[in-house]
Amino acid sequence: MTSLEAPTKQTTSAGQRPPVAMLAELTHRCPLQCPYCSNPTALSRRSDELSTGEWVDIFRQAAALGVLQIHLSGGEPTARTDLPELIAAARENGLYTNLITAGVLLTPEKIQTYKESGLDHLQLSIQDNEAANADRIANYKNGHTKKLAVAAWVREAGLPLTVNAVVHRQNLDHLEAIIDLAAGLGAHRLEIAHVQYYGWALRNRAALMPTADQVARANAAAATASETYRGRMVIDYVVPDYYARRPKRCMDGWGNQFFAITPRGLVLPCHAAETITGMTFSSLRDHTLDWIWRQDPAFQRFRGTDWMPEPCQSCEFRDRDLGGCRCQAFAITGDAAATDPVCALSPNHDLLVAMAEDSAASGAPNYQHRR
Amino acid sequence: MTVAEAITEESRPKLADFVRVEFDKARERWILQAPERVLVLDETGKEILDRATGAVTVSEIAARLAEEYDAPADVIQHDVLTVLRLLAEKNFLEIVDDQP
Repeated sequence: MTSLEAPTKQTTSAGQRPPVAMLAELTHRCPLQCPYCSNPTALSRRSDELSTGEWVDIFRQAAALGVLQIHLSGGEPTARTDLPELIAAARENGLYTNLITAGVLLTPEKIQTYKESGLDHLQLSIQDNEAANADRIANYKNGHTKKLAVAAWVREAGLPLTVNAVVHRQNLDHLEAIIDLAAGLGAHRLEIAHVQYYGWALRNRAALMPTADQVARANAAAATASETYRGRMVIDYVVPDYYARRPKRCMDGWGNQFFAITPRGLVLPCHAAETITGMTFSSLRDHTLDWIWRQDPAFQRFRGTDWMPEPCQSCEFRDRDLGGCRCQAFAITGDAAATDPVCALSPNHDLLVAMAEDSAASGAPNYQHRR
Repeated sequence: MTVAEAITEESRPKLADFVRVEFDKARERWILQAPERVLVLDETGKEILDRATGAVTVSEIAARLAEEYDAPADVIQHDVLTVLRLLAEKNFLEIVDDQP
């Protein structure tokens, strides 16, 4: 997500700082069925989706609150026929507008229409560099070939392109080829994201978890490629945290810079937050965005550092990682307030490592496609 | 050679079309918006980027700023090059050649 590179003062009691970026999940509908999909396992129906008018009003509220960048996503956002209107509304409110798409529904004409509506940037997913494996992972015939054409259309339209590649045990050994493919497609930026194990991905963990050896090779390949492509293609690498010893600074802190909106209007501190069962989130059909950001108990729950247990509360890294990931703490320990088990100081760290090693060694080839 | 390596005193830098320099009303400061990035600009950064239109050279930008801030031209030129190379490394900058 959007990162702020700034001489800003980060305060830990971040109560009233305005959000920087938002993710708008316009729909859960998607022609692809990736087994690591970040949508919840219980998908919203089309009939529940926010209307064009509701989204337009939300974009206005978001800009007024201080949001600078919007990521239009899904599901597959181009499945919404009102997407040009939504792009135009985002731009009219001054938001830097990014479209996150799988690409398979696009045509040169649609891309041109989005550009003319004010789109700033397009992010295209790929599942692998090899067409057969990519189409198997997405469970979508000829999807990969279509994506290659889409990348060319995006560049011809004069839009900057980010390629996003989600990596896991079943494509990680192709990382160098994936990087070269993205460069060949004319990407300004490549985002390599190791699967994060919530929702669908958690369900499919045994089939997706890489081995420690694979991860070590991938980390080295990504570091080398960052140098090779310096000044031509920026590479952002999201580390695989089951094998890490320090937790990620998840979402730049809960309720600190970012929120996500689901297709039916729930506002979440993180797009995976609904995996924390027992937490309730507010809807924009009942409350204003301003109220939710400032007052909603769900946003206040893990904001800042006061909520932290030991060993986090007195830890020297407290303000650096802001406690890591709440969804992960819940997924592994059943307690969303627990220390992120990725951290080597967590009493559950050894359990997490054992889970990773068991999953990777299981060799389970099959996963359940999202549907 | 990358753009960052190619920038010299005689280059005519131009911000990429997809980069926007805007005033952030909620926080009352100037920012540069790019894909997945928001850079906060200080006064000098803003002044440099206002002039990165592809029409003037790095030397000319530095000379103008040196005059405006009553500062040594060589120091300013070094600062200008540093800022522009940083942006070029992130792919936010183009160089406009003298020859069309």
